Formats: sequence, C-alpha cells, structure tokens
Amino acid sequence: MTLHIDIPEETLSGILAKAFRNTAFVTGFVITVLILVMAVISYLWTPYDVTKLIIADKTQGPSLAHWFGTDHFGRDILSMIMVGARNSIAVALVAVGIGMGVGVPLGAFAAARGGLVDEALMRVNDLVFAFPALLSAIMITAIFGPGAVNAIIAIGIFNIPVFARVARAGALAIWPREFILAARAAGKSSTQISIEHVLPNIATLLLVQGTIQFALGILAEAGLSYLGLGAQPPMPSWGRMLFDAQTRMVVAPWMAIFPGMAIVITVLGLNLLGDGIADILDPKSRRQR
Amino acid sequence: MTAYLLKRLAISLATLVLASIVVFAVLEILPGDPARLMLGMNASADQVELLRNQMGLNQPLLLRYLHWAGGLLSLDFGRSYTYSVPVIDLVRERLAVSLPLALIALALSTIIAIPVGLFSASRRGRAGDTISMGAAQLGVAVPNFWFALMLIYVFAVWLRLVPAGGFPGWSAGISPALKSLLLPAVALALPQAAILARVTRSALIEVLNEDYIRTARAKGLPYRTVLWRHALRNAMIPVLTILGLQFAFLLAGTIIIENVFYLPGLGRLVFQAITQRDLIVVESVVMLLVAAVIAVNLVVDLSYAVVDPRLRSRQ
Repeated sequence: MTLHIDIPEETLSGILAKAFRNTAFVTGFVITVLILVMAVISYLWTPYDVTKLIIADKTQGPSLAHWFGTDHFGRDILSMIMVGARNSIAVALVAVGIGMGVGVPLGAFAAARGGLVDEALMRVNDLVFAFPALLSAIMITAIFGPGAVNAIIAIGIFNIPVFARVARAGALAIWPREFILAARAAGKSSTQISIEHVLPNIATLLLVQGTIQFALGILAEAGLSYLGLGAQPPMPSWGRMLFDAQTRMVVAPWMAIFPGMAIVITVLGLNLLGDGIADILDPKSRRQR
Repeated sequence: MTAYLLKRLAISLATLVLASIVVFAVLEILPGDPARLMLGMNASADQVELLRNQMGLNQPLLLRYLHWAGGLLSLDFGRSYTYSVPVIDLVRERLAVSLPLALIALALSTIIAIPVGLFSASRRGRAGDTISMGAAQLGVAVPNFWFALMLIYVFAVWLRLVPAGGFPGWSAGISPALKSLLLPAVALALPQAAILARVTRSALIEVLNEDYIRTARAKGLPYRTVLWRHALRNAMIPVLTILGLQFAFLLAGTIIIENVFYLPGLGRLVFQAITQRDLIVVESVVMLLVAAVIAVNLVVDLSYAVVDPRLRSRQ
C-alpha cells in the first residue's frame, strides 16, 4: 500500500500546460533536444569526415562549403562540433549517474539514520568540498592518465557529495511528515520507507540538481580537455578544439569562436531546463510568482 | 557564540588534518619512485637505494607522514625535484601572481554582482530584471577559459590595449604588472559575478517579502534606505556563503586561466608539477589551497555572526 498524500493535486496535463507557458523550460528543452539530436545525427552523418586530414583546406574561414570554417588540419569545424557533442554529453551524463547512484543512497541513508552516521557523512562531505573540484580532477586525470574514462571518474566523484547533500536535505524535510509515520506504523523498515516514500518526494529536487550538474559536467569536461587531460585526439572534443585554437587566434579566430559557442549554448540550455523544471514543480517558487 | 566559534574551529581543524592524510595517502599509492625519477633511467639500483635512504623514503609510513605534516606546519615544504629549490620559495614567488589575481577577480565579481542583484530584485519582473538576469544566465554558461580567449582576441589582438599573456613581474612596476593581470581577472570574475548576481537577487526577493520590510516602508523610510540597510543586510548570509564557495572556484580557476595567459602563478606551478610528477610541489601546493579554502569557509562562518546578531547571542 502506498500513500499519496504528498503528491500535489495537479494532474499531469496540468503540469504540462504549465510547462508550455514557462519560457525558460521551453527554451531549455528545445536547446537540449537539439544538442542531443545533433549528437545522434553525428553517428549517422556529418558534413565532412572528421578523421580525414586535408592539409590543402587548412584554416579556411567560414564559407558555404564549411559553415564554421576549418581547423589547422583542414577538418570541418561544424563536423567536429557535432562529433564532439557525443563526448561532452557522454562524460557529463555518466558523471551525473555516478554522483546520483552513490550520493543519493548515501544522503537518504544519513537522513534516515541521523545521529552519528549522519554527522560522519556530513564531515566527509566537508572534506570533499575542501578540495577545489577542478584541482582534484586535474590530479586524478594526471595521475591515472588522461582520457575520457578518467575524466568521467574525476567529475563523477565530485558529484557524489553534491547529490548526497541535496538528497539528505530533501529527505530530512520529508521524514517528519504524517505519511511517513503511517508507513512506520504499518511496519515498514527505514530502507523501505526511504525507497517507497522519501525518494519519490525528492525526485524533483534531484532532477533539478541533475540538470545543473550535467551543465557543470560539460564545463568541467571542456576544461579538462582544454588542458589535454580529457578525450584524446583524434576523438574531437570541444575543450581540445579550444586548445588547438589558442595559438592560432590571429589567423583563425573561428576555430575558437564556434566550439566555445557550442559549449555556451549547451550549458545555457541545460541551466534553463533546470530552472524551468524547478519553477514548474517547486511549490515555493509557485507561491512567489 | 563562543561554543559556535569553537565548534566551527574544531571542525575546520579536523577537516584540515583529514585532508592532509588523504593527500599524503593518494600520492603515496602513486606508481613511480621519486628517487628513480630524479636519477633518471640509467641509474643503478644501488644509487636509487642510496637516494631513497637520503630522502627518508625507506622510513615507516607513519613517521614519514608526521615528518611531512610537521614540515608543513613550520612552512618547510621540502625541495622541488624539478626546480631544485625549496618549495616555499617557489610558492612565495608564484603567490605574488596568483593572490593578487584571485583578489582582483573576487573584488570585480562582487562589485558587479551586488548592484546587479539589487537592481534586478528591486525591479522584479520588469524589463530591467529580465535583461540583467538573462545576461547572468548567459554568464553562468560561459567557460572562463573561452571567455579569456575571446578577451585576448578583442583586447590584445585587435585593439592591442593589453598584452596577450605573460607577466613582467612586479619589479617591472605596478602598472605593467596590473595591466597583464587585468584580462585574466576579468575572465575569472565574469562567470562568478553572474552566479553571485543570481544568488543576490533571489536572496533579496525572499527578504523583500518579509513583514519587517513592509513595516520599514510603512513608517516612511525611502525605498533606497530599506533596500540597502534592511534588505541587503538580511540577504547577506546566502551571498556570503556563495562568496566563500567561489573563492575555491577562483583558486581552481586560476589553474586554467593562468595556463591561457602564461602567467607564472600557483595554478600553473601545480599543473606543471602534476605533469612532471614533482610530487613534493604537488602535495605542498594542494595542501596550501585546501587550507586556504577551509580558512575562507571558516571566516565566512564567523562573518555570519557579524551579519546576523541573533547568531551572536545564541548558544
């Protein structure tokens, strides 16, 4: 038996109607879908082959043939941005998965147990937060070798305390509620209650945090690749493209402009999506409107 | 108040000790023998063994940790393998670049963000608010190193107003040195300012809905006074929290930004030390940065008490 006292009285269609009226949500949703579609299309088709180096075409400005120009090896920038999207999305998404997969159970457990377990977990959180995330990510990737997998691990580790903190804060607000008391009276264990009653009620919080961490992951991946610690050539990545562009700013500024814009648009889309979801589903922001 | 202070202080110290154990342990399990690294591939096993003894690498783990931690406390960080100078000298030299850079960036981001947040909150829902929050949303999405590249293109390549990179050193005079820190500071500050402006706005909006704001207005205080004296002060706690967190971001951000601008700062030092496996430098600088983050967060915690008198009387 599940109790649904806490589920807002709104119907799904009501929420959808509200979503379509929310500018941030619609803009963010459209951008995110477009970026995802672009990444999927890149598996099937790109304007040019990104593995083929055509030196004769090197550092050409934007034209009808090459919308975003070409790089120092004559590769088409647009095609590279399309293929690079895969890498950015994969790294950030898996890193969010790691953060949620480990962090949420930890946070929920801390909230359910309280006392010493909770205190200990929060101190470990403090410890991780004391390390500037990017610095540690650089250390991890430098120590275990550069590459997309190690970038995922490095970014994922720093997502764990973020999700633990959000899950704990959310769960702590749910635990004193009447329906939890009812579930306890029905003889459910704290694990069962956490999974069946607490988690569904903090899902929105986690979803919003998930989109924020997704966006931060894309920025972090770009930073690591820019330093040469992310995906390795010939696999195109947005950060790496910016690194290649840096020494050629005078002759080929488009090599820096377009990959950077790809990062900005993707991150902007995800942030708008997160803001939109929070706006639509968070009762507190609803009251403020 | 004293109990609150002592608790925060104890937690900070415990975190610092734990962090030092983590840093020591991580670098301990790393593959690669520092002695062999220093002597090169052609060294004989005997030579390596001799150097290991000299460096104290054959002592028990606990003893080495205590020795290292004691050294940190007395600012004796050991010698760098690659630079062959005491690490403390390297740190001092590099800090002269990174600290001013981080402080200028922090100041810039605060100077931009607080007025924008105030402006937005006071004209909530109107065009000015929408435009400035749209700009902030964009600012949050911009990677600082890309923004840095764009700044270089416009101000150094096109307009030739500032150097594209490098650092002349403070001995070359204050003005050329500051000039070369200007673009990096702006690049670091802008994305941070965007986040801070958003936090300031939402904290202010929450406060502006409070009854005491209505009371202040009702007793005839001008809107400006209410906004600056009553609302901003009460909105300071979330703003200070974010400022503290941003300090950590700024420190880490200098690693990338200093690489973009070829600045001889702490971030570039630690990045090069990591790639060259100069572990003594890595562990010293990482501990220094961690200590700085912990100290700043402690100061933020204490400043809550200054901003919020209720915390002062509470036990």
